[in-house]
Amino acid sequence: MIEIDQISKVYDGKAAVDAVSMTVETGTITVIVGTSGSGKTTLLRMINRLEEPTSGEVRINGVVTTSMPGHILRRRIGYAIQGHGLFPHHTVGRNIGAVPQLLGWSKEKTRARVDELLDLFSMDPAQFRDRYPAELSGGQQQRVGVARALASRPDLLLMDEPFGALDPIIRARAQTDLRRIQRTLGSTIMLVTHDMEEAIHLGDRVAVMDGGQLVQHGTPAEIIQNPATAFVADMVGGVDRPLRLLSLIAVADIVEDGPATGTPIAAEASLRDALSACLWSGRDALPVTRGDAIIGRVTLPAIRAQAQATA
Amino acid sequence: MSGGGLRRIALTALLIALVVRPSWFAWAFAPFAPTGGPVIYERASLLSLSLNHLGLVVLASTAATAVAVTLAILVTRPAGAAFLPLSRTITNIGQTFPPVAVLALAVPALGFGSGPTLVALFLYGLLPIFENAITGLTTLPPATMEAARGIGLNGWQRLNRVELPLALPVILTGIRLSVVIALGTATIGSTVAAKTLGEVIIAGLLTNNTAYVLQGGLIVGLFAVLIYDAMIRLETYLTQRVTGGAAGR
Ligand SMILES: Nc1ncnc2c1ncn2[C@@H]1O[C@H](COP(=O)(O)OP(=O)(O)OP(=O)(O)O)[C@@H](O)[C@H]1O
Ligand SMILES: [Mg+2]
Repeated sequence: MIEIDQISKVYDGKAAVDAVSMTVETGTITVIVGTSGSGKTTLLRMINRLEEPTSGEVRINGVVTTSMPGHILRRRIGYAIQGHGLFPHHTVGRNIGAVPQLLGWSKEKTRARVDELLDLFSMDPAQFRDRYPAELSGGQQQRVGVARALASRPDLLLMDEPFGALDPIIRARAQTDLRRIQRTLGSTIMLVTHDMEEAIHLGDRVAVMDGGQLVQHGTPAEIIQNPATAFVADMVGGVDRPLRLLSLIAVADIVEDGPATGTPIAAEASLRDALSACLWSGRDALPVTRGDAIIGRVTLPAIRAQAQATA
Repeated sequence: MSGGGLRRIALTALLIALVVRPSWFAWAFAPFAPTGGPVIYERASLLSLSLNHLGLVVLASTAATAVAVTLAILVTRPAGAAFLPLSRTITNIGQTFPPVAVLALAVPALGFGSGPTLVALFLYGLLPIFENAITGLTTLPPATMEAARGIGLNGWQRLNRVELPLALPVILTGIRLSVVIALGTATIGSTVAAKTLGEVIIAGLLTNNTAYVLQGGLIVGLFAVLIYDAMIRLETYLTQRVTGGAAGR
């Protein structure tokens, strides 16, 4: 558990981060969203003490972060920097293996881990391991930057716009991969983005920052349904809100008995996908499958009921 | 073999012959000697003058590199940052001070001989190396430095694994400039009785013997050209080893 307690950073008399408090549960993803300059990076950098807070403190599992030297703290926390920051004079393999090497892993173990991570990010180890960062595309550099942060399987990962330079397809895959990795390892992730879509897709919790302040911290559904301020409402995108809400709910949650015909939809799909399928094929109900078996149907009125503001 | 390689070998052979067997070239220098006067310098062996000359340069440049790089590292640390402007000013003043003046000032303190020459070469060699090392250490990519801290490298590890390797090409350029300046400056050292190749040139000037002047000048010039070339190749090699060639792109 990470407790951020009244943390502030003042630059030249102006607060970049203004008395932010929040608690991040172990094994969850918290996505910090906000416009440019709202203090997201500064907040993240105060957690691993790349920046010392002007006031306030951070506790990780009850231990105050200032109780150990900064570099020792940072070796335990994965950090994917905004704009990758790879070492230009080291190969991809050495870049990814940097933290394991610092922690004294054996060469074989480090190498196996490097290959595993490259595979995970759809980069052929044999082809990429010995290349230099300058020999990669921007998206590949960014994935290597994320792989470096993951390398030592840290319990806590800080990621600053890790998927910014990726095209939508690779981006969606990287997000799904990250979610999967996080679920299997039970890691705690704090991720910064200015893309609300990404926040809703990835976050167990979403934290919205505005002008250095934390204006709302809650589940994606809470943020969409009850935006705390006009700014948050703006961020979750006025007209898109019902669709965003639907994208959070699985078909399985509102499946009912009854007849339906045509191409079925999977129980794990979101209501947004189901709505889309209804509209596209002109149907009012879709059969729902789990595995190969049909388990019921999902109807347009039921979907519509879910999309309404819970006022 | 490439044309550059052949030319390099030819020039090296010419230089060695000039230094070890100067009498082979008597026919070439004879037209420039005064009638009846000596053609080839024989008061001291050209080989020992050359070795002495190079020895002074190597000694002074090594010391200058050690001191200049250490200073540059110190003033680019957070604790030494306050001294950065001051050290820059001193560097700039030093550069405007002519080497002859340094020699003249060092003689009363160190006497005649190699001492004052060594001091002049050392002081003069500091400047380009310090300047380049500062440039190299202060223009590192900020994202890379942030990542170096972010993954948990301590100050010492950042210096050794990231900052120095990335600054190396620029530092090496400074060392090369410094060495070439020292090769030239060392000739002036013979005015205060240091045993360098300048002795041949000065003897020629004093006795109106252009053959001597040409001989000394040619040897110093060939040393400078060949050493400059060798250092460029060393730089390319080291840079590639450290950066995998990525830095040059
Ligand atoms: N070292 C610094 N010195 C002075 N001001 C700073 C410093 N670092 C950040 N700031 C200021 O603090 C504010 C917050 O910056 P921060 O980098 O945290 O924003 P951000 O939310 O990450 O923005 P972006 O989405 O553009 O990355 C900005 O107004 C910035 O100018
Ligand atoms: Mg930022």
